[in-house]
Amino acid sequence: MAELPPTHGPASRAAALATAYISHRHGSPGHGWVLRDVRRARREDSTVNCTAEVLYHLGNEKSAPDVQFTIEGELKNTDEADNAFYNRIQSLKKELEAENIPDSYGNVSPEMQPIRALAWAASGYVIWQNSTENTKYQLAQIKHVKQVKRTDEYLEFDYVILLHENVSQEIIPWQMTVLWHPQHGIEVTQNSCQAKHALD
Amino acid sequence: MRALLLLAALGAVAAATTENFVGHQVLRIVPSSDAELQKVQELQELEHLQLDFWLSPRGLGNPVDIRVPFPSLQPVKAHLEANGVPYSIMIEDVQALVDLEQMQMLRRRRFVPLSTSTFDYTSYHTLEEIYAFMDLLVAENPNLVSKLEIGRTTENRPIYVLKFSKGGTNRPAIWIDTGIHSREWVTQASGIWFAKKIVQEQDEGLANILDQMDIFLEIVTNPDGFAFTHTSNRMWRKTRSKRSGSLCVGVDPNRNWDAGFGGSGASSNPCSETYHGPYANSEPEVKAIVDFVKSHKNIKAFISIHSYSQLLLYPYGYTTTAVPDKEELHQVAKEAVAALSSLYGTNYKYGSIITTIYQASGGTIDWTYNQGIKYSFTFELRDTGRYGFLLPASQIVPTAQETWKALEVIMAHTRGHLY
Repeated sequence: MAELPPTHGPASRAAALATAYISHRHGSPGHGWVLRDVRRARREDSTVNCTAEVLYHLGNEKSAPDVQFTIEGELKNTDEADNAFYNRIQSLKKELEAENIPDSYGNVSPEMQPIRALAWAASGYVIWQNSTENTKYQLAQIKHVKQVKRTDEYLEFDYVILLHENVSQEIIPWQMTVLWHPQHGIEVTQNSCQAKHALD
Repeated sequence: MRALLLLAALGAVAAATTENFVGHQVLRIVPSSDAELQKVQELQELEHLQLDFWLSPRGLGNPVDIRVPFPSLQPVKAHLEANGVPYSIMIEDVQALVDLEQMQMLRRRRFVPLSTSTFDYTSYHTLEEIYAFMDLLVAENPNLVSKLEIGRTTENRPIYVLKFSKGGTNRPAIWIDTGIHSREWVTQASGIWFAKKIVQEQDEGLANILDQMDIFLEIVTNPDGFAFTHTSNRMWRKTRSKRSGSLCVGVDPNRNWDAGFGGSGASSNPCSETYHGPYANSEPEVKAIVDFVKSHKNIKAFISIHSYSQLLLYPYGYTTTAVPDKEELHQVAKEAVAALSSLYGTNYKYGSIITTIYQASGGTIDWTYNQGIKYSFTFELRDTGRYGFLLPASQIVPTAQETWKALEVIMAHTRGHLY
């Protein structure tokens, strides 16, 4: 097996995918995962070492890549932040709705930080499912998010996000329905690629 | 985005005529049958309702947006519901949105700076503000800075380059451009900071460079695209050229150069973000630089600045063949990145375009290198994807500062190795 220099394009694409996958598995409104270096994945306030193995199924692009990962050390407990967010949303009189997070200037209000962290983790799933050796996706922006009230204990959010694909440079609108509960984690129940406006 | 654009026009009208939109709603209907379409078209005839079609009926599947004045809401909704035409309320209260936008605009409207000392380097600016800044800089430093118009864009905007020169005739020069891809806002913002930095030239290194060389700085290399990111689509990358036969607009200015033009690593689809254009230099923004470089004949370093990814790259992008000067360029890149990181610890990778990111044909620095400009580099500035194109303004100055350290290395090396 040939060694890939960490500075090389293919290695950085695989690393981005691994980050997205790990983000999906371990992300929550309380915190997010960001890739700091090809050999490390970084959380908001502390850096942990992470090793990941990415297996692309060449010739079968419909199949999501396999990702195996190990995290060195303890992950910080985010129960407090997660529960605070959960209670805040449950107590809202009107369903949460927002647009353009971050805004054009990179601003994210404190109230929207967990909404963004949630989108980050959920988009990890979407990215993982749609990645190939020749793609590198990043969540560029949340265009729109609307809470959907539920009768059970889960929170549900309907997102339209923009994914930036770094090889084709396309900005792809993507719809995703995200279910979350502090104890049960994140689930993307529905997601679909949206059509780009030809007239933009 | 579209709603906000039309709202801007609305806001202006409101100010002029003191019309108010309290209680007005904007309804969206997407007719999915001829019957539904007909019912919507009927609404256009009912003048007494004073309906304002933001998007007129165009056909099945195309959204129809209607601003409905408060008194007409009930009859319009009744008409739609009675005929089984589904609709959604896009805007619950038009006046509330107008008020919000006015408030936001007032908040963002800074006082017009009277000098480059009061200019706000820590926030993002519009095209008009940047062009005003350039004029201020020239006025304050007439012996060092001049402004050249090197061409006009598709939409007829002037393309300006700042020239920093202590004299001489056609001295060997360094070229820096920012904003060739309009959505990469930290680059234009950094360009402004570089311009100010150069005139301050308090350190010996820069003074030495300016004693022997000129610096050309094009801050807004894609003015049409940049204006579009402010008015319509923050994620716009390309130029705004239109071609008959396609609904799609724009050409990727970093695939439009005459180096491996049209080969792998660019798209022939006009709707693609990496569309190379109908032929090399089809874009006036690109042609202007090509003409400038060819007529100047003495540019020794060419640095084209993008974001994001935190990379310092040298040619080639269109081929795996290594450039003859690879060893030297690699070494310069290594030093430049070390200098950059020394400031805030920002992590950069470096290498040739094709090995470090991907194959890209028709790129700027491939062309400039092939013209004989040995020190041809491309930067991809902060960050690595956490904010991507939407980099918070608080990072503008740190980004510009660390990038400048790298530029100093490249410029000093060029000056010490003139050819």
